[in-house]
Amino acid sequence: MKTLLKAEHITQRFGGLVAVSDVSMEVGEHQIVGIIGPNGAGKTTFFNIITGLYTPTEGRVLFNDRDITGLKPYKVTDLGLARTFQNIRLFGDMTALENTMVGMHTRTGTTVLDAIFRTKKHHEEEKQCEEKAKEYLHQTGLYEYRYWLAKSLPYGLQRRLEIARAMASRPQILLLDEPAAGMNEQETADLMGFIEELQGMGYTITLIEHDMKLVMNVCEDIYVLDHGELIAHGAPSSIQSNPRVIEAYLGKEA
Amino acid sequence: MKKKLVRAWARHERLVNLIALAVAVLYPLVFTSPYVMNIVIMGLIFSVLSISLNLITGYLGQVTLGHAAFYSIGAYVAAILATKFQWSFLATFVCAAAFSSLFGILLGLPTLRLSGNYLAIVTMAFGEITRLIELNWMSLTRGPMGIPAIPAPSLFGVELSTPRSKYYLILIVLILSIIVVHNIVNSRTGRTFLAIKGDSIAAEAMGINLFRYKLLCFSLSAMIAGVAGAFYAHYMSFIDPTSLSAGVSTRILSMTIMGGLGSIPGSIFGALTLTAVPELLRALSEAMLHWSDSLAPMARVLVESRQIVYGFILVVMVLVKSDGLLGGINLKYERQNMRMEEEAEKEAAEK
Ligand SMILES: Nc1ncnc2c1ncn2[C@@H]1O[C@H](COP(=O)(O)OP(=O)(O)OP(=O)(O)O)[C@@H](O)[C@H]1O
Ligand SMILES: [Mg+2]
Repeated sequence: MKTLLKAEHITQRFGGLVAVSDVSMEVGEHQIVGIIGPNGAGKTTFFNIITGLYTPTEGRVLFNDRDITGLKPYKVTDLGLARTFQNIRLFGDMTALENTMVGMHTRTGTTVLDAIFRTKKHHEEEKQCEEKAKEYLHQTGLYEYRYWLAKSLPYGLQRRLEIARAMASRPQILLLDEPAAGMNEQETADLMGFIEELQGMGYTITLIEHDMKLVMNVCEDIYVLDHGELIAHGAPSSIQSNPRVIEAYLGKEA
Repeated sequence: MKKKLVRAWARHERLVNLIALAVAVLYPLVFTSPYVMNIVIMGLIFSVLSISLNLITGYLGQVTLGHAAFYSIGAYVAAILATKFQWSFLATFVCAAAFSSLFGILLGLPTLRLSGNYLAIVTMAFGEITRLIELNWMSLTRGPMGIPAIPAPSLFGVELSTPRSKYYLILIVLILSIIVVHNIVNSRTGRTFLAIKGDSIAAEAMGINLFRYKLLCFSLSAMIAGVAGAFYAHYMSFIDPTSLSAGVSTRILSMTIMGGLGSIPGSIFGALTLTAVPELLRALSEAMLHWSDSLAPMARVLVESRQIVYGFILVVMVLVKSDGLLGGINLKYERQNMRMEEEAEKEAAEK
């Protein structure tokens, strides 16, 4: 199996706080990899480093064997990583369709001059882009909502729209930050099926999730963070019985 | 009621535009008062300015308080080239546009690190610095004395000296601005601006180079404002720093905001009404004086209030309807909604 994404000894400090401490991780092509851990463990920070939002204090991120540490987020997306956000970040005053079309930004190329002079290129690409975006909305079950403003969509659909928008950038790897957060049981079950469908379509997925049922069911490989440190790594069965993991979760509740 | 009106507008947008165009074209043939014509021409100049500011404030979502700087840069570039170097009108126009857009890029730079109040302060300072340079670079701008005797615009050897011909020229400039801005905002580039306005972190995560697109937006906006400035110089035949800067940025901003953020018709509406209102106030106060001397104090209040009308409208709008009168109205979305409803109805009928 080809390694698509590799993080090597990542450390991220915020002043005195070590949010991520010496974490390494590997994601192989077509895998679904889970990152779990209690609140504040550093999971989102780790995503932010991979996607270029933060430059890590130490360590490297490799994508397709290319060092992408410290690249700007828009370049990282261009190379083929796309993400969703834990606290939904849609373009609220744009329609679902337009949100998805923005997702295709890196895969389209009409310039402002094409737009002003309404060149053939503008017309052709605009049409293609819209067709393509509609396909992504079909795949995510949002087609009938295509003309809804993103902010007027119900919560569960907003999460889906984030995924559609990320898919639109034609990534090799999708990074989902708590995709099931705020969803009810039925929505979570649907999402689980959908994530497996995505894998079937050829996507590689890395997801952060608190919903253990989802994680244990869809992920082949799980990384557990606690206080910034990687405390366990392995298949779901081994994680479930790992004493350190149990302690991290129970210790927090106690 | 409002919904019905908006939908009727959305359905017949072409027709509405045609009627507006016909009115604009026929107006100077029917009404000939030079006093009113001057106000209308200023209204059209400010329409261009207000539309251009809308790109930055309405679409990209950045508040700037220095927009008059681009207007004045355009005016000065045109005036200097026309008077010192006898450049032709078209050449000064193009050069003013290019120069202003360069300065637009310059002002765009701080937006990468700043936003909100801090950006507003920087843009205000930018406007002030531009004014001070125009005021003090005597050898180039003649400072407070201003630049007189700027030739009237001429196209292909024909001098446009009558108010009517100047009116048609600025009308063409306005129509071109409308087309350019409309084409920009309804495109990949326009979606980029809206995405940055919606959430710049998400926009960058979706592959948008914030640096490039913010600068692009500022330079396009500044270019259009510069063209308005060049026209103003050739139209008035005299410019000085005061007429171009004092309060003009606030005036443009209040037009854009009152008319509606992200609405081109809104910008035009805002510019025309806010150009007319102070004049109406003046006319009213004069009429009052004419009528009876006892009304003099009230008339004076009216005249004075002309000065604060822009600030007043700005404050009221921000408090009452912060996206402006036509800000929430998107005719394209309206048509899409209508189509969706029709489809749903048809489906229901089939069942
Ligand atoms: N930009 C930042 N500046 C300072 N501290 C930060 C920053 N981003 C995150 N942190 C801190 O780093 C730690 C890890 O945060 P992070 O958001 O990565 O946790 P998480 O595992 O995603 O938690 P959750 O499950 O609640 O989403 C927290 O203590 C947080 O306060
Ligand atoms: Mg998190």
